[in-house]
This record gives sequence, C-alpha cells and structure tokens, in this order.
Amino acid sequence: MLGGWIGNVLRINLSKMTYNFEPLNYEWAKLYLGGRGLGSKYFTEEVDPTVDPFSEDNKLILSPGPLTGTYGAANGRYMMITKSPLTGTIASSNSGGYFPAELKYAGIDLVIIEGKASHPVYITIYNNQVAIKDASKIWGKNSDEVEDYLHSTFHRDAKIASIGPAGEKQVLFAAIMNDKHRAAGRSGVGAVMGSKNLKAIAVRGTLGVKVADRVKFREAATDAFRAIKESPVTAAGLPAYGTAVLVNIINQNGLLPTRNFQDDVFEDAEKISGETMAKQLLVRNKACMSCMIGCARVTKLADPRYKAQTGEGPEYETIFALGSDCGVSDLSAITKANYLCNEYGMDPISAGTTVACAMEMFEKGIIPQGDIGMPLKFGDADAVVKMIELTGKREGFGDKLALGSYRLASLYGHPEFSMSVKKQEFPAYDGRVAQGMALEYATSNRGACHVRGYMISPEIMGVPEKLDPYATENKAFWTKTFQDVTAVVDSVGMCLFTTFAININHITNLFTSATGLDYTQDDMMKAGERIYNIERLFNLKAGIDPSQDTLPKRLLEEPVKQGPAKGMVAKLSVLLPEYYKERGWGSDGIPTQEKLKELNIA
Amino acid sequence: MAKRIRIEPSKCIGCKTCELSCSFKHQGMFAPSLSRIYNEVFLEEASFITVTCQQCDDPWCARACPSGAIVKHPDTGVVEVIEEKCVGCRTCVSACPFGMIKYVEYKQKADKCNLCGGDFPECVAFCPTGCLTFEEEDEPLRTKILNYVNAVKEGQLEV
Repeated sequence: MLGGWIGNVLRINLSKMTYNFEPLNYEWAKLYLGGRGLGSKYFTEEVDPTVDPFSEDNKLILSPGPLTGTYGAANGRYMMITKSPLTGTIASSNSGGYFPAELKYAGIDLVIIEGKASHPVYITIYNNQVAIKDASKIWGKNSDEVEDYLHSTFHRDAKIASIGPAGEKQVLFAAIMNDKHRAAGRSGVGAVMGSKNLKAIAVRGTLGVKVADRVKFREAATDAFRAIKESPVTAAGLPAYGTAVLVNIINQNGLLPTRNFQDDVFEDAEKISGETMAKQLLVRNKACMSCMIGCARVTKLADPRYKAQTGEGPEYETIFALGSDCGVSDLSAITKANYLCNEYGMDPISAGTTVACAMEMFEKGIIPQGDIGMPLKFGDADAVVKMIELTGKREGFGDKLALGSYRLASLYGHPEFSMSVKKQEFPAYDGRVAQGMALEYATSNRGACHVRGYMISPEIMGVPEKLDPYATENKAFWTKTFQDVTAVVDSVGMCLFTTFAININHITNLFTSATGLDYTQDDMMKAGERIYNIERLFNLKAGIDPSQDTLPKRLLEEPVKQGPAKGMVAKLSVLLPEYYKERGWGSDGIPTQEKLKELNIA
Repeated sequence: MAKRIRIEPSKCIGCKTCELSCSFKHQGMFAPSLSRIYNEVFLEEASFITVTCQQCDDPWCARACPSGAIVKHPDTGVVEVIEEKCVGCRTCVSACPFGMIKYVEYKQKADKCNLCGGDFPECVAFCPTGCLTFEEEDEPLRTKILNYVNAVKEGQLEV
C-alpha cells in the first residue's frame, strides 16, 4: 500500500468556471516526492516557461507533501508553485499553519488552478464538493476579514488561504496569507492569485491521511520528536525567542545587513532583538500543525501611536528588512509595519528592503523628494510605516515601491542599488561574510533566498558542523548538498526548521514508512537533486540565463566596512565554477545531458 | 487516586499533535475530525484550549445508553464504549453535556476517550510542551493553588 499521498488532484479552471478530480500521477510522485518537487513537475510539464506570469496561461499549484497532515515532524507545510512576476523564474513559496493539512484531510494532494476568472471569485472545498463563488463582498478586504467572512458564510472550521489588497493590485511581492497570519510570502505568488481574480480558497476536510506502516512511522516520528526536543536550537532558542533569536547572533558575527547593505553591524541591534521583543511585545508562542517547536510569535502592540492590536510577528527576516536595513531601531514601528504587511498581504522582506533601497537613493540625491512626497532617510521609523502602507495600497510613491527594488532602482537609472539576485531581494544575511550563503544566493532557483539552502546553519551556527564562513573551500559541495536536502524537506511537506535537529536519515525513515517505498538516503538526495535540476531547466527556458547567477556589485566589490568581517567581499568568481562542476553541469552553467539522464529527467 | 489526563492550557501552542496522535492510534489514520481529544485554536485571542472526556463519576452517556454499551470501570474509573454492544443509536451523543462522545461513521459506533485502554495515553506521549500530563495528582490545579497562595503570602509580607 502506498500511503502519505491520497491519490487525488483537484484541477480548477477559472476561465471556464469548472473543476474536476483526476488521479495523482504516481510515477511522478515517486520521482518528485510531493510538495515543491511534485508541484514543480506538474507545473513544468504543463506551463510554457516563457508565459507572462499574469496571463491566464500561467497556473498556480497548491502542493502539500506526502507527510503533510501527519505528526511526522512539523508536517504542516505546503508549497505554492507558479511563475513569479517578480523574478520571472519558477516560484515556490512555502507556508504552514493549518490550511495545508486541511487540504489533505479533504482528500487532495494537489490543487491546480488554471485560467483567469472574469470577476472576483473564491473557491470552497468540502471534501469532494467544490464550488466557485462570487467574491465581490470580500474584494478589497484583508486576510483577517476574509477569514471571518468565510467562517460565517461557508464553514466555521474551514481553513483559508487568501490574498489581501496587495495581491489584488498585483504588488510584485504580494503574498498568499493563510490562517490569518501565516504567509506563502516570497516571489509574488499572491500577485499571480490576484491576476486570476481569485480572492480566497476555503477548505474543510473530514477525511484522514493513512500511512503504509503504522508501527514504523510511529517509531520514525518518535525519533524525530526526540531529536527536535534535544537540540538547543529547536528546543530552546526558537521556542524562547522565535527566529528573532538571530538578531544578536548575526549582528555579533558582522553580517546583519544595515542601511541597504552599506553596513553590516547595526549599532541598535539590541533594541530590535528577540530578547527585547520577548520583554516588550510577546504574548505567547504559537505553532503550526504538528509542530513541536512553536517559533511563531503572537505579539501585542500597545504603543500609543498605533491602534492597539494583537498580531503575529515580527520574525527575524522582517526585523532586518523593516528594521536594520532601513536603519530603524523602533521595535513598535517595525511590528506595526509587519502587521500592515500581513493585512495588505505582502512579503515584508521585499517590501522593507525596497524601502531601504529607496532610502539610499534618496540620500544620494537620485530620487527627488517630490517623487516620494516626503523625505525618506535611514532611521525614520514613521516613514517606513508610511511607505509600507502606500505600497500595500499602490498609492503615490507606493506604486513604484510595489515593483520591488530592482525595477525601482532601474527606473532611476541605478540598478546597482538594488540588493537583489534575479530581481528578488536579499534576506537578512550579508553574503560577503558567509561565502556559502553568497553562492546560495547567486544560484537559488527563485532569486535571492535563504530557505533554498540555509548555509548560515553550518557557517555561523555550526549545525551540523562549523564551517569557516570566510573560506571558499568545499562551499560548492556544502551549498549543493544543502540545496538538495532543502528540496527534499520542501517536497515531503516538512518545516525546514526541523533540520537544525534532524537529518536525512530521519526524513528518509518518515518518508519510507509513510509511503511504503523502499528508498535509501541516497535515493532521497537524488530526488532533491532532480527537483533542483527541473527548476533550473525551467528557468533557463524562461530566459534566465546563467549570467544571472551573480550578485550585486556591492557584494562583489565593496568590502565590508566594519565588524569582525571587515574587508570581506563575496568571492563568487572562485565559488561559481566549482559549484557548476559540483552540480555536474557544464562550465556554462547548463545541466549536461549526462546529468539529466542520471537523474531520470532526460 | 486514578490517573487522568491533566490539561494546562497556558502551555498549549496549538499544534494539534494530540488530535493527530489520538486519531492515528485509534482510527488508524491522521484525521483530526475523528480525534477523541479536541485542540481548539482561537487565532484572534491567541488562545488554545484542549478538552477531552474527563471520565465522569456518574456519566450521562452511560446512564443514557439503552443497550448497556457504556461502562465505568470500577478500578480505573475509565468510561468505555463496549463496541460489541453498541447499536449506534447516538443517544449518548445527545446525553453528554460536554460533547465528548461522538458517533463515528466508518465503524457505526459511539466513540470516546478511554485513556488508551491501559496503554500510556498517546496524546500525552506526543504532547511537545507538557500541556498534557497523565498523573494521579492534578498538578495544574496544585500549581494554580500555589500561585494563589504565594500571592497571598507576598501580600501579607508587605503589611
């Protein structure tokens, strides 16, 4: 018996307003696992890589994994797969909460959304009953309001994914929110959903997920549980301070990007740290489905400047993007701006770093004050809150910020001030200081991203072993390995944070006992590599050529100004050829036929 | 004293692993809708409440059952559905004021928590935060009393 997967694909065509169920392609499932891998396989088979991301020929695939909905190890995740309007690459964006597991309980492995509705609609799913309904009453509303509406009109226990005003207005980094505060945040998946006039998907499932070998699965889950409960990162650091535990650690190591990557040590890091947040804002911890870590921060904003409000976040990346990268040390303002990102439904990383880019260009006299409507200087917390609001509404200067930093900086003739790769903004680690991370940024299949191969783990945190962050030796091997493992984690439906504690052995045991497939660790790693390669092939066909495997001039040429890593630059010219070789690609960065054959792709 | 599942809501993080481990053990699959323990998540209030059958001393469900299919074990105090005797009439479902016994479609029987019938309760085994414990003494209650007592004590010291 094959377990984990249910065996059903739900296909919805919004142009024709029709839907149908079809059997899951198990041959693909065996090769591409599920989640990011299987969703990408369907996507790349069905969608022309040159498609305009906002055309009706682009598709949006919701893809939980075979472990999603079980108690394996933080198995509450799914991937949203589409072609990104921000980067032009394949975009898969991950989220947790309760919505992904509910898809499985409704008996669904994949939802493929095609076409474009003629007017705003939302989709309801109750097990095998599907309906497409008029969304005019909730168009313009934020995710909180949408969820309240659907809970009262559709089903009290429904789990919901939706877009906010930013997605409707196609802000290029709009997110898809679920369970109110969780987000498939990056690469503009929400803008694609908005372009399809699809406001929300509500699902209620009363069925179950079965596994092939119950005894072995319970053993594998117990092993993973124990490991996660024994690791200082997953058992202590993340539960106590959330991801914001990193603010002080990364700052002390001299790679907390500050003022649009002009500096790498933020003088006010302590004021925006997880420790400070725990004292000032934290209400309690929260978990996604089946998670034993509980990194989510429920916070309460009681600053007299803002409406009193309970919400979620900010997490580490957000604190960097809306905080240090904008030179802002006002934790309440950062939290307010984070809440606004949640309400409008957009990625705080790209939103904040785009504001930071505008700040640098304003200070350098490139963007005139008249264009912005106000001064926009580093450190101005109120201005950040204002700019985020304008971005979400696409009003005034916000209409330009909504394009992301690359297009904004290019409009003013200075793309070099955009801290991005393949037009997607960097997350919260300066690649000059962690060479493996730099290589990962340059080669990630969705542009700059920390969750495609989190090299910070070995280079800074020493997990699974400590690497010298400044060295280039062996980084190609490590980066490839991390990228491939991450592809596996993203595909089985597991949270990446578990990998601070568990390894490919745990994941293989969970996967094999759930599915009944007799896979070795090597088979799993091979699947990860296969997934990475089909994403790469899609991007190449989409016109993202290997010359774009690069970094902004600032990271390549301007040495770090201060801190322990003073003088460092990203040594990409050394790293990249080694990486292509490690991947078994040609020196031109293109996967060889031999490699593709080895991976059962060609 | 008999062992019971003790629940301390302040330790809950809303992961629903109790629902998953319960349904996996007793229904053979991960299906929160079939769990015998309920972890409710209130997103707005950031509140997580877990409830399950408290094995009443004089159970409404057992009193209501017309076929004598629900018994309270004299030694453990566990209230259990004897499936062979259950006719699936759902009278118990109506009778329980807490909603802690339900009719399960696939086996056409009433279904409720039996503290895993002598095994260590699966929900407690998998609870990651210690929100759920299985013990004779009601530790959450004792902790609350001590917190209260300490507040009184500190107040007295100030006088």
